Amino acid sequence: MAKDQRIINIEHLSKSYGDKKVLDDINLYVREGEFLTLLGPSGCGKTTLLRIIAGFMRPDEGNVQLEGRDLLDTPPHLRPLNTVFQRYALFPHLDVYDNIAFGLKLKKVPEDEIDKRVRKVLKLVAMSDYEDRDVETLSGGQQQRIAIARAIVNQPKVLLLDEPLAALDLKMRKDMQIELKEMHQKLGITFIYVTHDQEEALTLSDTIVVMNEGKIQQVGTPTDIYNEPVNSFVADFIGESNILNGTMLEDKRVSFIGHDFDCVDKGFGENVPVDVVIRPEDIYIKKNTEGEQFTGVVRTCTFKGVHYEMFVDTDSGNELMIQDYNAFEPGTTVGMHIHPGDIQVMKKERVANTYSGTVTGEGKVEFLGAEWECRTDGFEEGEEVEVSVAFGKVDLLDHEDDAVTVGNVVFILYKGDHYHLTVKTEDGEKIWVDTTDVWDKNDFVGIRILPKDIRLSKVQKKDE
Amino acid sequence: MNKRSTWALPYFIFLVLFVVLPLVLVVIYSFQDNSGHFTLANIGKFFSDKDSLATFALSIEVALENTALCILIGYPAAYILADKNLNRSAVTVVLFILPMWVNALMRTLATAELFTMAGVALGKGTLLFGMCYDYLPFMIYPIYNQLNKMDKSYAEAAQDLGATPGEVFRKVTLPLSMPGVWSGVMMVFMPTVSTFAISEFLTNNKIKLFGTIIQENINNSMWNYGAALSLIMLVIIGITTFLQGSDSQEDAVGGTV
Repeated sequence: MAKDQRIINIEHLSKSYGDKKVLDDINLYVREGEFLTLLGPSGCGKTTLLRIIAGFMRPDEGNVQLEGRDLLDTPPHLRPLNTVFQRYALFPHLDVYDNIAFGLKLKKVPEDEIDKRVRKVLKLVAMSDYEDRDVETLSGGQQQRIAIARAIVNQPKVLLLDEPLAALDLKMRKDMQIELKEMHQKLGITFIYVTHDQEEALTLSDTIVVMNEGKIQQVGTPTDIYNEPVNSFVADFIGESNILNGTMLEDKRVSFIGHDFDCVDKGFGENVPVDVVIRPEDIYIKKNTEGEQFTGVVRTCTFKGVHYEMFVDTDSGNELMIQDYNAFEPGTTVGMHIHPGDIQVMKKERVANTYSGTVTGEGKVEFLGAEWECRTDGFEEGEEVEVSVAFGKVDLLDHEDDAVTVGNVVFILYKGDHYHLTVKTEDGEKIWVDTTDVWDKNDFVGIRILPKDIRLSKVQKKDE
Repeated sequence: MNKRSTWALPYFIFLVLFVVLPLVLVVIYSFQDNSGHFTLANIGKFFSDKDSLATFALSIEVALENTALCILIGYPAAYILADKNLNRSAVTVVLFILPMWVNALMRTLATAELFTMAGVALGKGTLLFGMCYDYLPFMIYPIYNQLNKMDKSYAEAAQDLGATPGEVFRKVTLPLSMPGVWSGVMMVFMPTVSTFAISEFLTNNKIKLFGTIIQENINNSMWNYGAALSLIMLVIIGITTFLQGSDSQEDAVGGTV
């Protein structure tokens, strides 16, 4: 179905609003006929990317090509693309027929041809007999179908869909997902679909592009993305997962939650800190503890329709989410094992907070937009230094008093026995914090680091 | 009377005293002669008096011209104000509305002074200028409001479907902003039919409008004829309002421009 020909090619695309980088050096291609989904949380830049392709926005840098030709200098009304808008944007002063015929009438398509094509798409979206209806009398789902019909009647080379199902209720959304998939197969047009709903992306797409903070995190098929997330953001965003700190002991041997496991990953080196991802359905749980890899005690058990979702405290004090078809009563001691192929090992993006800073005086160093107290023995005033702070040595306070600087919690990752938080300071710099305290996303926090926990080192001069 | 409707009582009394009662009085006076007997003479007098009819026709003509002028100037102004790319600040909107803060009579007097100073002869031109100056904000504001609350995705959708910027305006923005234009028309047309101060100051009473005759009659204690003229004007405004109302209704549903 997906031909290997690139229909859209995006190179080094960047866009900022003021200081905020919404798109940061995006490189991406779309194959002809595929269903590609841009997936990410709100503010990740996915809608901006779609709007640049549609022509409603210009990037600051970079290039977009359609079938090998530059697209950016073509105004939106001349681009052979059509968009399905999030809130439909059906023209309230026109009826269903005139809404769908809008594009064809502009192109001066003969009247009888328009008539034929409008009827054909109405049939395709299962809305025949509705042509005389006023669009405002239609339900959300019906308006959505008309919006799709209005776009595809123009036979665009690429159909852009901006969260088209976000306004529908769950049942309707599921039905429309199936219909969209069928429509895509029938029409054979390339679809570029924007959503924040990971399940929708997994259901619909040939290719998923996971985005966060203006950057592409991972591109792959739904199975790739689900089974082999490349970093903890993707693992956390797609589906449920246990993300744990681990150590790669040697090739095909990894240690986490206090036990050593066989795995299939290699090439990380020896004794390297890694992130380990285990999907909750990949942990096998038994009443019997004999011969299992590790044991634990069931804390909660909730029925979820098809399976039970359990939280188990392991013998090493970690918490694991487990999904199984059998229920285990809270308080039961259970044995568990994990198959080597189900352990996904990821390189850690960072092992400590590192900044470049400046020594500003005796016992004072500046980094992260503030001045901190620390030991500066062996460093001169004004010297550029590398600053390193361990994740676990950063104190978060719920007030500004005693804090050296302040920030907001922007991302929370549960690591089985602690939280790994990303905190963004007012200048937009980030500090990563390991803590057992519970914080919420967007919480305003004071940041404090004890002088002894700030490590300075000489700036490494490159050999060249 | 339940508790909640007691709250409406002051407004109810106000309405009766200052709206309903005067209207009833106008109707009663219209059909009475000087000694208080029922008569249709007042109404008849208007329809048989060529001068009154001519003044009336002129008033409608001036009001139509002024309304057209206000649309011509007001629509582009409102469009520019509502366009976030052309106008980024709310201050400019306030500047356009600002003249409304000054009493209309004072502005009219000042305009007349300016014309006299500049040596411009007072006449229909100055009259239209003054009217347009006085009523323009009433045209701009509803159109601006309508354009401002219009979802930007309509224009984007039209562009996306192949409409040039001109076609986007003609086929989407303009038809969707018509409710704003209609309320602007109501707020400009109706008061200009009955205005007399502007024509008095800006034409030195050379041009008499319908409002002027009503005022003159009442000033000269010809209450009954004055009342009859007021009634005729009320009926005509009522009819136009009704027609406009059903027009814009039809527009919203039918969609033929």
